[in-house]
Amino acid sequence: MAAKKVPAAAPQSIEQLLATKEIVIHCGSGGVGKTTTAAAAAAMAAVHHGGKVLVLTVDPARRLANALGLEAFGNHETQVPPAAFAEAGVEPRGELWVAMLDTKQSWDDLIHRHAPDAATRDAILANPLYKNITGRFVQSHDYIAMERLYEIHASGTYDLIVVDTPPTRNAIDFLEAPERMADFFSSRLLRWLTVPARSRVLSLASKPFYSVADRILGSKFLEDIAEFFLLFQTMYDGFVERATAVTRTLEDKRTTFVVVSTLESAPVREAEFFIEALEERGLHLGAVVLNKVLPAWFLEKGTTTAAKTMGSEADAIAEKLPPSVGPPDQVGRVLREVGESFLNFQVVAKREAEIRAELSASPEVVAAVPYFDRDITDLAGLLLLGEQLWR
Amino acid sequence: MTVDLLDRKVLFVTGKGGVGKTTIAASLALLAARHGKRTLVGEVDAKGNLADFFETAPIRFKEREVSPNLWAMSMDTEESLKEYLSLQLKVPLVARLGPLARTFDFVANAAPGVKEILTIGKFLWEVRQRSYDLVVVDAVATGHITGQLAAPQAIQELVQVGMVRDQTGWMLDILGDPAQTGAVIVAAPEEMPVNETLELVDKLRSDTVVDLAAVVVNRVLPELFTRSEEEIFDRLPADALAEAVGGPVQPLLDGAQLAVTLRRTRGVHLARLRDELPAGTPLLYVPYLFQRSHGARATRQVAEHLGEELGY
Repeated sequence: MAAKKVPAAAPQSIEQLLATKEIVIHCGSGGVGKTTTAAAAAAMAAVHHGGKVLVLTVDPARRLANALGLEAFGNHETQVPPAAFAEAGVEPRGELWVAMLDTKQSWDDLIHRHAPDAATRDAILANPLYKNITGRFVQSHDYIAMERLYEIHASGTYDLIVVDTPPTRNAIDFLEAPERMADFFSSRLLRWLTVPARSRVLSLASKPFYSVADRILGSKFLEDIAEFFLLFQTMYDGFVERATAVTRTLEDKRTTFVVVSTLESAPVREAEFFIEALEERGLHLGAVVLNKVLPAWFLEKGTTTAAKTMGSEADAIAEKLPPSVGPPDQVGRVLREVGESFLNFQVVAKREAEIRAELSASPEVVAAVPYFDRDITDLAGLLLLGEQLWR
Repeated sequence: MTVDLLDRKVLFVTGKGGVGKTTIAASLALLAARHGKRTLVGEVDAKGNLADFFETAPIRFKEREVSPNLWAMSMDTEESLKEYLSLQLKVPLVARLGPLARTFDFVANAAPGVKEILTIGKFLWEVRQRSYDLVVVDAVATGHITGQLAAPQAIQELVQVGMVRDQTGWMLDILGDPAQTGAVIVAAPEEMPVNETLELVDKLRSDTVVDLAAVVVNRVLPELFTRSEEEIFDRLPADALAEAVGGPVQPLLDGAQLAVTLRRTRGVHLARLRDELPAGTPLLYVPYLFQRSHGARATRQVAEHLGEELGY
């Protein structure tokens, strides 16, 4: 029988996605639980799939460190102690590692790597603008996150890297960061800006820019900037090459994006925007994770009527209950509250269901994680959340 | 004695992403406008959804009256620079703005603090000109706000001469005057927002000259039961209740239990916030809105709650 090529089925669950991909990037707007879901997914992969799994987070939350049985963790990768897993009652097949993105440290490392010589390196690191630019340069956090990811992936140390993205003003900023960084270093404006430092003679082309910029910023400051960028230009080739490689990694088949959102209007809007942005760029959307979803029983049949009855006939119902429950007037008050509260939450649950239906239209995998009524304080809690995610 | 929140001239509203920063900014502005204050509300974030909070057409840099006494604008640093230059340079520069626009993005990215200062500079300028009784800024999130508010100092340190430096003096005067300027931190009664709020309170004090005007806790869940009522709730017999009600009651009981548990876990964070905030910090509570989570209706309801909290 002639072998017919069967197209590989798209992953049907987060579990499958984590088993297939090497880089999983969690993104979404602030406060939706990117860090927690990323850590939960990585922990599940380490427990069930095995191998070396890394969570690269930008969130310096002490809680996450503590939940993983660590005092703290930093820019360099730290292994989650097996004892933390033992405490959670599981025996992981693999290892779980964590690292936090330290922007300043990562930039310093980058300069060390690309500077042509020690003198240039030291001059850059000592430049007063350097700290400001790496700390405040709009795209610097985004860029360095992707750069760090690339570096770790290229090192071949891990089977799976789960990343939680920086809280950017615009969710797609970090996707464009490597490209923008490359543009930035090859821009004509940069050359204009560095002209005076090179020749001390202003070219005609740069005049309008300088006359305005000079009046606004003062020439001393401009010179500072110029010197700084002149030094930076020596690293041009390295940077552009690197930025291109980073972009390639994001586009690679082994990389996937998980969009995390709650079912509130603003995060969902951001999520939809992001899903479109991924599509436009030909990047792989692996799954949509809906976090903090109200339980489905809020929408169970007959509950609306029951809640209304419980509210409007509270006193009559209270009379029918055994006296051991409590004084009927108080029981009535409790029943009214129960009915009222249920109807309140039901409105939210209905709204969520509607938004969820809209959001589920496009992606391959949608995972819903229910509202956790407790804070996650240990690995067991993280794995509990992971179980929900996994299915 | 702290200055009444709405009696200040400019409020920078910040908070962790997702806590409802824009809701609170829009509602504070609406509240002020409804009490006769000529108010400007400006959004800084490029997301640009302030318009949704007033059910109005997209909001641009040029302010527009969106409801009586209330003007809204959206920050655009390039426009801000153009406006600033035409005000300051008083030369026919408008004609040369073409090349300027091209170079702008570059300069703004390259020179630290320029974007930030153009952003807060515009709002402070409106304060200085006394064009409004109150300017409410829907500012950047907790992670970036100190960088923005500290930009005038950073510029003073970095830029020795020039027009930008000259401008930082009056900006710092306004920013550092508690009678005129205040920061409003929006929190939610959850662990991370409370942590970030407390961290920001310290950073505001150490890195900026801006006074903390208030902390607003958004989405506070109602307390369902008193202690004795909760005991009754725990004793409710599900079967007898189902019979008396004539319908499914387990989801109702589970729902109430979830509400109670959520309220309690959040209460812990709320208590921590109360305990660790500097004594005397005004703390305003806004209840969770079940019926409408966004839009003009929600803005109005939140404004009413804030009004009650502020004693209007």
